Amino acid sequence: MNKYFERLYNGLIKENPTLVLMLGMCPTLAVSTQAINGVGMGLSTTAVLILSNVVISLLRKAIPDQVRLPAYIVIVASLVTATELLMHAYVPSVYEELGIYIPLIVVNCIILGRAEAYANKHSVGLSLMDGLGMGLGFTVALTLAGMVRELLGAGKIFGAQVLPASIKPIGIFIQPPGAFLVIALFIAIMNAIGIKTRQRKLVESGCDGCCATCSSACGKKEEVAEK
Amino acid sequence: MKALILIIVGTALINNVVLNQFLGICSFLGVSKQMKASVSLGGAVIFVITIASAVASLLYTYVLAPLSLDYMKTIVFILVIAALVQIVEMFLKKKSPAIYNALGIYLPLITTNCAVLGVALTNVQNSYNFVQSVFAGFGTALGYTIAIILLAGIRSRIDEQAVPAPLRGAPIVLISAALMSIAFMGFAGLTF
Repeated sequence: MNKYFERLYNGLIKENPTLVLMLGMCPTLAVSTQAINGVGMGLSTTAVLILSNVVISLLRKAIPDQVRLPAYIVIVASLVTATELLMHAYVPSVYEELGIYIPLIVVNCIILGRAEAYANKHSVGLSLMDGLGMGLGFTVALTLAGMVRELLGAGKIFGAQVLPASIKPIGIFIQPPGAFLVIALFIAIMNAIGIKTRQRKLVESGCDGCCATCSSACGKKEEVAEK
Repeated sequence: MKALILIIVGTALINNVVLNQFLGICSFLGVSKQMKASVSLGGAVIFVITIASAVASLLYTYVLAPLSLDYMKTIVFILVIAALVQIVEMFLKKKSPAIYNALGIYLPLITTNCAVLGVALTNVQNSYNFVQSVFAGFGTALGYTIAIILLAGIRSRIDEQAVPAPLRGAPIVLISAALMSIAFMGFAGLTF
């Protein structure tokens, strides 16, 4: 397999950011009320992720190592602001629906995580494909969660009535508790069929869920725990 | 005064930041493993979010809004929060080693906690003034602390139970969070 397509496969399946790496849980839980919101959020994150990977990869020799995290944050925040303004202008309905979660793409662990783990070490082309793969992996997972929640909670998929009207939908699934339940179900299914996720690390340390910024904090925490 | 109390009740219980808004999930799932750590993190979050919402509110009202740089708020807030956490950490280390030892290691974790940025942006969205912003920040952080301490308590009980194999680890924690979220939905019935 060509190394560019390998990045796509890696992002979509092997290291799917949501389902396998368990990064970016906040937007996953929050916007998966409908399949269409999952697509909107997924694609806007993908756009930011591709651009931030490209920019950071281009600047990887120019950014001094000590200030790389603040530099990444400024780059990502600028890209997110641009995306937010574009969405406000061209897709106002999606913008209204996603609300505060669009600016919060800045603190999405996937983006800083990929910058730190991939884009600052690899060429522009590979970083672009990595961003695309990871972004699409995130979009697929969000859309899947959105479809399950919409089907169970409203009897629809992408706004089209799927369940017959005689079956009463389970309203709790489009309410906040439904998000926790559906994601718990996804992970339980993956456990049952034996796909290894990084959840144990996430749940036990609280470090892997966040991005690189807190890696130093995690080191400190482990030292203290040892004492 | 009544309006301010309503803001605290609203942000802490009715629109709970974790169980209803899904902000700060990473640390909520991660740190709730241990009760002691949860209490410390809760304290650190209350401290940082209250200060951050005060600073963000002042910056927005007196710098960004008059210069009509409204669209810069995401960039400015995230940088201010990151710098603020650093300053708070240095200040505590020097002035109050006791508090630093209790909260210190959790302070850098908070920079990436989306709840901090989320509160600052929500305050702007709701056009809260300075006092309202501080109360909303405090209420949100209080809600976070309540939720993480409750989950830590539940998890210490889960550890003693025989959980079906596929549900061990993250799934059972998420299901507990779902049940807590259902319970917190009851607060929506509070009327004044």
